[in-house]
Amino acid sequence: MKTETMNWFPVAEVGSIPMQEGRRVLYREWDVALFNLGTEYLAVDNRCPHRSGPLADGIVAGKSVYCPLHNWKISLETGCVLSGGEGHVKKYPVQIVGSQICIAFSAEGGSAFGGPNHTL
Amino acid sequence: MPRKRLLVVGNGMAGMACVDEILKRKPDLAISVFSEEPYYNYNRILLSSVLAGEKNVEDIYINTEEWYQKNDIFIRLGDKVIDVDAREKRITTEKGYSFDYDLLLLATGSNPFIPPIEGVKKKGVYVFRNMADTHGILEHCKTSKKAVVIGGGLLGLEAARGLLNQGQRVTVVHIMDRLMEVQLDAVGGQFLKREIEKLGIEVLLGKNTERLLGDEKVEGVLFKDGSIAEADIVVIACGIRPNVDLAKKAGLKVNRGIVVNDHMETSDPSIFAIGECVEHREKVYGLVAPLYEQGKVLAATITENKGPLYEGSTLATKLKVMGIELFSAGDYKAEEPDKEVIAYQDHAFGVYKKLVIHQERVVGTILIGDASDANRFLEMIRKREAVGEKRHRLLFDVPPAVSGSSTDVMSRPDSDTICGCIGVSKGQIVTACREKGLKTISEVKACTKASSGCGTCAVLVGQIVKAVAGGEFEEEKKEIFCACVPFAKSKLRTMIQTQRLKTARDVLEIYGDGIGCSYCKPALSFLVDEVWLGEHGEERSARFINDRVHANIQKDGTFSVVPRMRGGVTNPEELRKIADVAEKYKVPMLKVTGSQRLDLLGVKKEDLPKIWAELGMTSGYAYAKAVRMVKSCVGTDFCRYGTQDSISTGIELETLLEGLYTPAKVKMGVVGCPRNCAEATVKDIGLIGIEGGWQVVIGGGAGKIVRAADILCTVKTTEEALETALLFFQYYRENGEYLERTYDFVVRIGLEEIRRETILAPEEKKKALLDRLNKARSKAVNPWAVEAKKPVNPTQFQDFVLPKDAEALIGVP
Repeated sequence: MKTETMNWFPVAEVGSIPMQEGRRVLYREWDVALFNLGTEYLAVDNRCPHRSGPLADGIVAGKSVYCPLHNWKISLETGCVLSGGEGHVKKYPVQIVGSQICIAFSAEGGSAFGGPNHTL
Repeated sequence: MPRKRLLVVGNGMAGMACVDEILKRKPDLAISVFSEEPYYNYNRILLSSVLAGEKNVEDIYINTEEWYQKNDIFIRLGDKVIDVDAREKRITTEKGYSFDYDLLLLATGSNPFIPPIEGVKKKGVYVFRNMADTHGILEHCKTSKKAVVIGGGLLGLEAARGLLNQGQRVTVVHIMDRLMEVQLDAVGGQFLKREIEKLGIEVLLGKNTERLLGDEKVEGVLFKDGSIAEADIVVIACGIRPNVDLAKKAGLKVNRGIVVNDHMETSDPSIFAIGECVEHREKVYGLVAPLYEQGKVLAATITENKGPLYEGSTLATKLKVMGIELFSAGDYKAEEPDKEVIAYQDHAFGVYKKLVIHQERVVGTILIGDASDANRFLEMIRKREAVGEKRHRLLFDVPPAVSGSSTDVMSRPDSDTICGCIGVSKGQIVTACREKGLKTISEVKACTKASSGCGTCAVLVGQIVKAVAGGEFEEEKKEIFCACVPFAKSKLRTMIQTQRLKTARDVLEIYGDGIGCSYCKPALSFLVDEVWLGEHGEERSARFINDRVHANIQKDGTFSVVPRMRGGVTNPEELRKIADVAEKYKVPMLKVTGSQRLDLLGVKKEDLPKIWAELGMTSGYAYAKAVRMVKSCVGTDFCRYGTQDSISTGIELETLLEGLYTPAKVKMGVVGCPRNCAEATVKDIGLIGIEGGWQVVIGGGAGKIVRAADILCTVKTTEEALETALLFFQYYRENGEYLERTYDFVVRIGLEEIRRETILAPEEKKKALLDRLNKARSKAVNPWAVEAKKPVNPTQFQDFVLPKDAEALIGVP
């Protein structure tokens, strides 16, 4: 684990994202979709690999989200496309600190959590 | 030598299960079947699913006419066998025909027991035993409101659930002090009572029925304690008695049932018996699994392969009531002192699990609230496995099966029974799938008979097929709502109504996989709205983004805003506001749409509430599966050809329907003459002005397909035209499949049926349609006004934007 190198940014109050919905988080060059799954928060790049649809606006089912533009289904656990086409989106580590949902924005290209099958 | 004649009396599950086994042995027999009921062989235990509206009558047939023909079986329907002459080897039917036999198989089943209560002959009193009873009850429910079920056993509770789904207020009365006393102990009875009451069924215990009240028609039930329960339908489900009339006439040995030995022979060497009418080792079985075990043994005996023995069955019961899990098997009572009990009770979650241990072996179980271990325990009971080391982990050895995961069932040994009714093991199903390339549950059912009994193992069978067939697994091609909630829409609608389910999540959790998808979540959101006429619980996360932010998402993630412009008519003030807003918010494009409205394209999500506030106009719902617009021509106001006032009629129609969600978008048009300038003939609903009246047309479209609308009817007045449009609108709203446009709906249902259900329907039916429409309309709101003032969710229109110099937390790992 490279946790020691991670910078955790508070992005939203716990409770400000309704259950099973997503919100867009913008910071510098990052455009991230942050989801409240009820049991945990998960974050991925807010761009569908298909036509860059805003995943934060998608319908959440289980631990997946459907892109609102053309219905590609993307796993929020692995970042992999599950149906519609092929590809994957980058995942971002999320943790709750106090009353804040925090995201670790990984450096461009050098993500500590780049691959699809990482664990927190 | 002529073939031996085998006559089978009774066309039920037992008789045909045995015939099926006999056919497997390719016997040299001429088989004839006699059926008192006028139906081919059907699955009697699924009648409760028919009553509950979960299955159609045609779904429960086991063998069709072709099956009898193919197997060269003579079948005589609707003629009861009334006599057997065992000396002459001859039977006689009610209609006066006689038939000689060499071998006779009695599969006469059982009769419902009707306790000596005064008044059971009144209208509205039913037993619940066969197809005719089921039809009678369903028909009666159309006009009745209050139902009393006498009998709190398995059948009574299944009947009660069915009646509830048919819109009845249901009371179950039981003479004993607990429900299902044959299958449950006292604790189990209490757990079950609570579960039944949670469904909204009233349970009265220790009630002895004195008589049924009412003159010709039943009006209530009077109990011995003097209390009364009102009822306009009474169903008696007080158990069954073996039907032994013919056996007695044949001079067979009969106790409670027809006495048979381990070869299933009766006291007459030419006569055999099977099923609920027999008594074997002093036991009479009223369940389905023993039939199949008996059938296999008897088939051997009859085809001169005598050898296999029937040694009795382990009784196992599953209650087929949606939303309640209940399983009981073996000796669950543990009354003897040398029997031990392992039990777990969770009152809050309604979970009760009990295992009875005798000499280190599991001999019985009761499971309520979570029956996922049912097959595992039944297997232990049947195999008489020693418990040994596992004892302290027995109740919690295997995590409950996660729906959709196939690992659980595939980790079981091949010898494990999957279908308890027919007795099909996991290994048999796996082999069949591999060897024959089976890809669906129905293929497995056809091939191995697994899941053709009570049907509760269909989920497990599905998991096995899925695991073996892998990617080739095919969902059933039935008309189901969605694979996530595998029921027909009409059935889901009933379930939502009777169980008062008000959110998509509730429906998914009770009837579905608990997860859903991007099709069924919005579809269910619409359905609960439509059923509850706007009094549902809005669950925003189950809706498409357009419905959450009341605007249409564009390819770049911006939105479009289309204000309502009724009939396509606007004014300078509105135009000025639109122009101002477009300038102020730098709207990239302002366009006239094909629907006679204006569209502000490329709006940022965060600007939406501000724009709505400044426009002060009503949402045009251009983003939703909902009422879109009424396009109109100028009509008699200005046009020199106009024969009708299409503008004011168009505005009125739009006002009557605006704000309502529909299965798919609904576009309308009103034109003042047949020149059809506003293209009403390619709209979902169109009114076409003609000299002295209106044509009302439906099912037109000019989208992905182009279809000219059909004429529903021609009427004289504008009021009639509007009412007709409204009747069709509500009928479509209630009966259309989600995403089904009217041009497909009209073709699917057929114009004649639509006429029968709308304009030609009885007045009260029409009124009811319009009442529901008006109620839903009165609940419809202008979401722009609501959310412009204060968003339902404070962050709905907001992105979380961090400043460039935002600082990370220090000291957090």
